Amino acid sequence: MAERATLEELVRLQGERVRGLKQQKASAEQIEEEVAKLLKLKAQLGPDEGKQKFVLKTPKGTRDYSPRQMAIREKVFDVIISCFKRHGAEVIDTPVFELKETLTGKYGEDSKLIYDLKDQGGELLSLRYDLTVPFARYLAMNKLTNIKRYHIAKVYRRDNPAMTRGRYREFYQCDFDIAGQFDPMIPDAECLKIMCEILSSLQIGDFLVKVNDRRILDGMFAICGVPDSKFRTICSSVDKLDKVSWEEVKNEMVGEKGLTPEVADHIGDYVQQHGGVSLVEQLLQDPKLSQNKQALEGLEDLKLLFEYLTLFGIADKISFDLSLARGLDYYTGVIYEAVLLQTPVRPGEEPLGVGSVAAGGRYDGLVGMFDPKGRKVPCVGLSIGVERIFSIVEQRLEAELLYKKNPKLLNQLQYCEEAGIPLVAIIGEQELKDGVIKLRSVASREEVDVRREDLVEEIKRRTSPALCIC
Amino acid sequence: MPPFGFLHMRAWASLFGQLLRSPRAVCIREVHFHSQGTRDLSPQQMVVREKILDMVVGCFKRHGAKRLDTPAFELKEMLTEKYGEDSGLIYDLKDQGGELLSLRYDLTVPFARYLAMNKVKKMKRYHVGKVWRRESPTIVQGRYREFCQCDFDIAGQFDPMIPDAECLKIMCEILSGLQLGDFIIKVNDRRILDGMFAVCGVPESKFHAICSSIDKLDKISWKDVRHEMVAKKGLAPEVADRIGDYVQCHGGISLIEQMFQDPRLSQNKQALDGLGDLKLLFEYLTLFGIAEKISFDLSLARGLDYYTGVIYEAVLLQTPAQTQESFNVGSVAAGGRYDKLVGMFDPKGHKVPCVGLSIGVERIFSIVEQRMKTFGQKIRTTETQVFVATPQKNFLHERLKLIAELWDAGIKAELLYKNNPKLLTQLHYCEDMGIPLVVIIGEQEMKEGIIKLRSVASREEVAIKRENLVAEIQKRLSES
Repeated sequence: MAERATLEELVRLQGERVRGLKQQKASAEQIEEEVAKLLKLKAQLGPDEGKQKFVLKTPKGTRDYSPRQMAIREKVFDVIISCFKRHGAEVIDTPVFELKETLTGKYGEDSKLIYDLKDQGGELLSLRYDLTVPFARYLAMNKLTNIKRYHIAKVYRRDNPAMTRGRYREFYQCDFDIAGQFDPMIPDAECLKIMCEILSSLQIGDFLVKVNDRRILDGMFAICGVPDSKFRTICSSVDKLDKVSWEEVKNEMVGEKGLTPEVADHIGDYVQQHGGVSLVEQLLQDPKLSQNKQALEGLEDLKLLFEYLTLFGIADKISFDLSLARGLDYYTGVIYEAVLLQTPVRPGEEPLGVGSVAAGGRYDGLVGMFDPKGRKVPCVGLSIGVERIFSIVEQRLEAELLYKKNPKLLNQLQYCEEAGIPLVAIIGEQELKDGVIKLRSVASREEVDVRREDLVEEIKRRTSPALCIC
Repeated sequence: MPPFGFLHMRAWASLFGQLLRSPRAVCIREVHFHSQGTRDLSPQQMVVREKILDMVVGCFKRHGAKRLDTPAFELKEMLTEKYGEDSGLIYDLKDQGGELLSLRYDLTVPFARYLAMNKVKKMKRYHVGKVWRRESPTIVQGRYREFCQCDFDIAGQFDPMIPDAECLKIMCEILSGLQLGDFIIKVNDRRILDGMFAVCGVPESKFHAICSSIDKLDKISWKDVRHEMVAKKGLAPEVADRIGDYVQCHGGISLIEQMFQDPRLSQNKQALDGLGDLKLLFEYLTLFGIAEKISFDLSLARGLDYYTGVIYEAVLLQTPAQTQESFNVGSVAAGGRYDKLVGMFDPKGHKVPCVGLSIGVERIFSIVEQRMKTFGQKIRTTETQVFVATPQKNFLHERLKLIAELWDAGIKAELLYKNNPKLLTQLHYCEDMGIPLVVIIGEQEMKEGIIKLRSVASREEVAIKRENLVAEIQKRLSES
């Protein structure tokens, strides 16, 4: 018995150790080593791990959707889907799991966040991590060269869940993508139009769509003197500019990432800029940037994009923002991200979250990774961050409900006390049956039954200024 | 890391790494794209699916059900000991150092878990979602390892057989509404089965095993089933024959009456309870107007462990023409009463009686898809109403402005992503995609301040003033 208890304690400690390492983002090998130790200890406990403590819950990072949440979810999806359909998209569906090898090597160090299925004697499978890789697999498999499709489905990531911020291990993605070789920037502009239509229709407040281009970023880093090897890491620093100040970002780049202060300053000259098409024009004239071929290509495409966005009537919602550097890895051209601008808070309400609610970009190299002959199919697309939108809508609805009177009797009575209302007329099933109304004095809490037809008289009597017995 | 997003750090580096390897090394494993028993759904298939699900969900809503959703996987311990011998078909997730998880096998056990977890005593819910089973996939029969279920369940302590009757009414409404042809719903009761086995002399330890043999009677002959029970499951031949006397019976309310009089069966309390409930059920089904679709069938012995009372299964009746196609329809909907399942989850063992049904939508999809193929029906995969075209070069800007006007007015519209597309190409696109209307703009139209509105089918064109375009289109669309 004692040995078992000791063993159980060891398992618990080892489990904590593994969790700790993961939180510290230790190396994959180290984590694997400790996980192996944990599994060995668990195996020693044997198949019957003593009395299975029965905890009634959903798995970590997942949740049920109650009918109320489903109603919200359905309304939000209706808005999104009707917009996708308005733009002529078809819909597809793919299985929840893919062959493990399909997902291998597609997500870099986030690969450790993929859920694997147990090897039960068949093929090795993993749960899908996003909808984009399955899409690329679908295109290559069916040898499609063009399609405009949307796909709404759940994806799975063994991340650190932060449920209060709408961050789960199982969550919905709403993707819209246009695949095919077309004339420049027309599909890209349509994606931005779709994002604006959806965010406007959802009525979750004012928003802004930041736009940038992978080639402009890379060109800018090059002319500022960032060594090639530091491109990615400097990118992730620049990306923080929407949350922290330039001073802090500069400190990180110089202090932690080994950039020289002059190079950092050069970057600073650019990345703190955002504006409309005039900024694009300005940069096209920039003596340094205009020397870089990559940057020029990006700037020309953005110029064309802004022309189309103006014709689409949405240019005022778009901001060319040189600090937009997130999720850069497989994008090859334009990138964009929609953020909510903080709305004024109603009394009694918590400030609704700011932050990204949609994102996307152009990724011309992905499908070629799956095609046996490496045939490329250029793609551009967007993803709506519905989980965050659900939380915002839920929060808003809850605020509205509290604003109205709560139907519970106790709350109603409390309201009367606070508001100084002297009398309450209470009607319920019993009263209906008996043909009476209960009349209650709020101050004394005494209740009497009054005949329905006598109610008005009684109330008048009780509230006449001469008596004031309440 | 955002909850939505694309590839992350170093993905580019690793992708490049793949590219630099010789093409053969990269591709040699890409030949096999799909995991066994699963499939993508093409746009055509999704349209069929959406229509069917809309119909099914519409019926559930009409009966006052609210929608629920649960995660794709549950804690492994939630699913153990709920599915009997089918437990081996559950997909487990790999132990990656956290909780032990399994993909849900049906929508009923998650429902019971939800009720217990939230201490819900009464609920009428529907749930449309995928479930996963490691079965041997036989694709012709529409049997995949990942498939969609549409469940409707009523949980709560109510007066007998009313919710049970409503479930059967729903099944009939849906199957009629889907116009799949004639169908019949077999009904039986777990207690009648158990009572029957008892009076025939089946040892209790063999109940399960014999049940699963009896269940095969809809596919194989009594002779073969009898043989299996005697030779493989060790049942005495006399006992098997006694069972045979019962399980080959099916009929309406008169059969129930007959069984009430049966000398052996009427001695068994369980069986009597079951028969009593079925009698009441038939009364309600008659009032619901569906009694002629229901058949009390003593061979119905449906698999799942957790049924405690009435059980039912709907099958399509094949027409002679259909039997010619190699198309085994099998059951398209099923369900029953399961009063003890929630109690298995509740820490104090509190029971919540439940009754429900599951629509086998995958089978229905296959049937409808097959039918559409046979009749050469063309399915539109988009809902686009208007196409914006031009016969001339350098009109991209005008097209973009125009289409934005249409989108902003809520009209479903498309254009080609080409700066200077040919008119013929654009018109062919409309025909292929089934788009009914085209708006054409060109130099002439610009000068005159008009747009040409053309019907793709009839090829008739009218000139509309630019400012009236949206109104005119909306009028045309509401008329069609």
